[in-house]
Amino acid sequence: MAVFDLPGWTGLAPALILAATALVLFVVDSISPRSTNRAVLAGISVTGALASLAVAVWFIAAGVGQSGLEGLGVIELFDGGAEFAGGSQFVVDQMALYFMIIVAVVTALVSVASYDYMDGHTYQAEYYSLMILAATGMSLMAAANSLVTIFIALELASLPSYALVAILKDNRGSVEASLKYFLIGALSSAIMVYGISLIYGATGSLQLDAIASELAAADADDYAYDGILGLGILMLIGGFAFKTASVPFHFWAPEAYEGAPAPISAFLSSASKAAGFVIAFRVFTTAFPLEVTAGLIGIDWTWAFIILAIVTMTVGNFAAATQDTVKRMLAYSSIGHAGYALIGLAGLTVDGGELVMGAAMMHLLVYGFMNTGAFLFVALAEYWGVGRTFEDYNGLATQAPVACFALGIFMFSLAGIPPLGGFWSKYFLFTGAIGVGSTAMLVVAAALVVNSALSLYYYSRLVKAVWIEDPLVDRDALTQPTGLYAAIVFAAVMTVVLLPAFGPVSETAIEAAAAVI
Amino acid sequence: MMIEALIAVALVGALVTFLAPNRIAGKLAFAISLVPAALSLWMFSAFDGAGNALLEGDLAFESQVEWLQLSEYSISWFVGLDGISLPLVVLTTILTTLAIVSSWTPIDERESQFYGLLLFIEANLIGVFAALDFFVWFIFWEAVLIPMYLLIGIWGGPRRKYAAIKFFVYTNVASLLMFGAFIALVFALPEVTTFALPDVATAMLNGGPEAMFGVAGTTLASIVFVAMFIGFAVKVPIVPFHTWLPDAHVEAPTPASVLLAGVLLKMGTYALLRFNFTMFPDQVEAYAVPIAAIAVISVIYGALLALAQTDLKRIVAYSSVSSMGYVILGLIAYTQFGVGGATFQMVSHGLISGLMFMAVGVIYNATHTRMVTDMSGMADRMPVAVGILVAGAFGYMGLPLMSGFAAEYFIFFGSFGADFPYAPIFTALAMFGIVLVAGYLLFAMQRAVFGPYNLETDYEVSTAPLHDIAPMFVLLGLIIALGVAPDLIFEMITDAVDPILDGGEL
Repeated sequence: MAVFDLPGWTGLAPALILAATALVLFVVDSISPRSTNRAVLAGISVTGALASLAVAVWFIAAGVGQSGLEGLGVIELFDGGAEFAGGSQFVVDQMALYFMIIVAVVTALVSVASYDYMDGHTYQAEYYSLMILAATGMSLMAAANSLVTIFIALELASLPSYALVAILKDNRGSVEASLKYFLIGALSSAIMVYGISLIYGATGSLQLDAIASELAAADADDYAYDGILGLGILMLIGGFAFKTASVPFHFWAPEAYEGAPAPISAFLSSASKAAGFVIAFRVFTTAFPLEVTAGLIGIDWTWAFIILAIVTMTVGNFAAATQDTVKRMLAYSSIGHAGYALIGLAGLTVDGGELVMGAAMMHLLVYGFMNTGAFLFVALAEYWGVGRTFEDYNGLATQAPVACFALGIFMFSLAGIPPLGGFWSKYFLFTGAIGVGSTAMLVVAAALVVNSALSLYYYSRLVKAVWIEDPLVDRDALTQPTGLYAAIVFAAVMTVVLLPAFGPVSETAIEAAAAVI
Repeated sequence: MMIEALIAVALVGALVTFLAPNRIAGKLAFAISLVPAALSLWMFSAFDGAGNALLEGDLAFESQVEWLQLSEYSISWFVGLDGISLPLVVLTTILTTLAIVSSWTPIDERESQFYGLLLFIEANLIGVFAALDFFVWFIFWEAVLIPMYLLIGIWGGPRRKYAAIKFFVYTNVASLLMFGAFIALVFALPEVTTFALPDVATAMLNGGPEAMFGVAGTTLASIVFVAMFIGFAVKVPIVPFHTWLPDAHVEAPTPASVLLAGVLLKMGTYALLRFNFTMFPDQVEAYAVPIAAIAVISVIYGALLALAQTDLKRIVAYSSVSSMGYVILGLIAYTQFGVGGATFQMVSHGLISGLMFMAVGVIYNATHTRMVTDMSGMADRMPVAVGILVAGAFGYMGLPLMSGFAAEYFIFFGSFGADFPYAPIFTALAMFGIVLVAGYLLFAMQRAVFGPYNLETDYEVSTAPLHDIAPMFVLLGLIIALGVAPDLIFEMITDAVDPILDGGEL
């Protein structure tokens, strides 16, 4: 930190910029209430998201979080001074910056796309400011280093999300989805807070490093709080499962994604999921080191993630294969991908695991582009008003070849077909899982392969609908909304570019994972 | 950087064509495709490689750049050509150009997408033949599937959706099997830290894999050999993995059939040669008899199936199963003439089957039927197209001075003297296939193109336009050129094949 010339709190700049952007949007809204000047509102959001992205990229390139002569070291924030030796509440390391980048990219894409999607909508300023506030929360989740800050950041991300899902106030589906999302969210927050309180009871700390040192100091043979600690960990996992849309707290996702405006579905399924994963990664690597925790509670918590990973990816994929509407299919596919990313925690071992966790981080980045792009295509289809089912999408390629070409890229990349970015991240997850060498992880790797092969069925079904099938109805000429097209094309280009340019991403991800393990 | 230039021109060309208006897409794609064709011909003349690319040979147009690093394994962009891959690259570029010209008549909707996909396939096919790192190769290998799936699915015949998905699922599952097997092999090889094929080949010939997951090294090598063989067999295709082929061929639009039969099938045989027959000499020896039996069954069974068809395109499609059987026989012979002849047959069959599909396509354009029973005496109305069809058929039958004769002669010569048990008997059985080929082709010709003119469909048949005929003449010229002077490519092929055969003494 000494190397860093600016005050320490500037380390949180990517999140602070987003917060400032949200405030600017509030100001605009109060100066000109009911403003429908989409260009100004979307422009502010996009600028803020891009600025946050630029700063995060700059930090990571400048060496924040890297040790050694070249690096600037990890920035620790709010450590409470000398008399309160509890460790920092926020930490800006490579992993935090990496996930801030994902959040900022997705926010920027969604803001650009919303410019067209929210055309004619009443609550323009509210929409953008809620979205940017949620993004602020997600960005803070990436850096939160204590169960308190984690919980606050998580709620900061969640509360605007509930409102965003319901922003189409006159649409019954939107409101119903929001209610379900909110109820399950509230329940899982309650479970998580209860878990946090149990952990506090067992360790006397909320700060992650302090919890770890407390656990390390405990006597494994004579540990009185093993039950409380174990239950607390289990409840925390419940909270993460909600945020990442993993089994068993996944069933809000199809409802919420389907009812929400499609750009919000893209935002929630990409950015929110990534943010959920970063806190899971940080909590379990920092606060509950495997060798210590396993000795205290008598069970290796990776087992929970091994089971969750297999069940989540299987449930997501099988459910996705049976859907009739495109958005629900994508929602279940998003659950399946949460299962793939869970491998990052399932594959942790006492002496390593940076490979699998790095691979999961890479997957979340690629996913940020390909899944956002896919949902934005759905947004485009909603904008055109073509309907919700696969059949309604039939023959779109004759009228909008460029967007459908991009859709093909997203689908094949989600399926993990080679010439696209999704292939690398899935392959890295696969080799990472095999590299662990345990029988359980071989089963996980096999489940990954089988599920990927299965997923090709329903992804290609959408490609088949838009490219091969003939339209069922005569459509009018389709317009080409600039914002949506720009966002979709950019996401597609990035999905392709991530194939040749995967080197820096994989290096950063593995380095970041190694740093926290 | 020549190979990169080839691929880049095709890729950028694909994008440009995709965005171009339908009206000019065909001509534009043709103009663009001339660039890789010309470049590859120049590369052919400037070829300075020697030996086999995998076995310490001198590569032509080599380039290698570090790409990714995953724990101790590194993946690099590694391409280069040797005497086996260069002829196939030239075949690809020429056939693509000709396929584009032959599409001008039949393709009349969504042209820019169609030609864009053709150029995209070309880029990936060049990549498949030039790649020398497993991952680069696999990416191109898989990338071929998507455009072909769309070509069949969008522009195909009545059952195109079924055919497209069958093609996609079959070959993709096969790829997955092969991919898993090869990755397991690399992880089991000691001291191999790259996915470069030459490194893997060297390690395989110097001891092979170590035990992994409780499976002994030699057993693992055998499992991988069989898994990869099956994976590639689907692509080739070899009986009993051939059932996707007739569906895909019959439903595919003519230009896609030309590329499918002409080049895509060669991906399978090329991969067999590069992987199975270069890296696993012990397993090749051990499994020689069953593989030779499969090859002979493919030849005979494919020919018998062709004999039973009444759809001209189906006849040509099944004859590909037969011809690919010859390639497998030549490979398993493991002699200079056998393996060299098999490689020669890949090129030769690419030209001849391309020609046959084009000729059938031209007749279909005019008659709108491919049923042998629906037509007779076509020679009366379309003398030139029919003449070329007959010439192609004779090429298939192995008429001397055409490339088919040279290829089959090399293969039989090689396999007759092969070391594996009962080699002469297998060869004799396979040679009987030629009789069947002559049988079904002549039978079909006699019914469809000779005799009094009659057509069941209500179409006015007149001579085909020049741009339909011209590509076929180019192909015919090449077939005859290779038949008269096989050494045009056979010399460089044998130069690259020889190191495989004394592979053990690396």
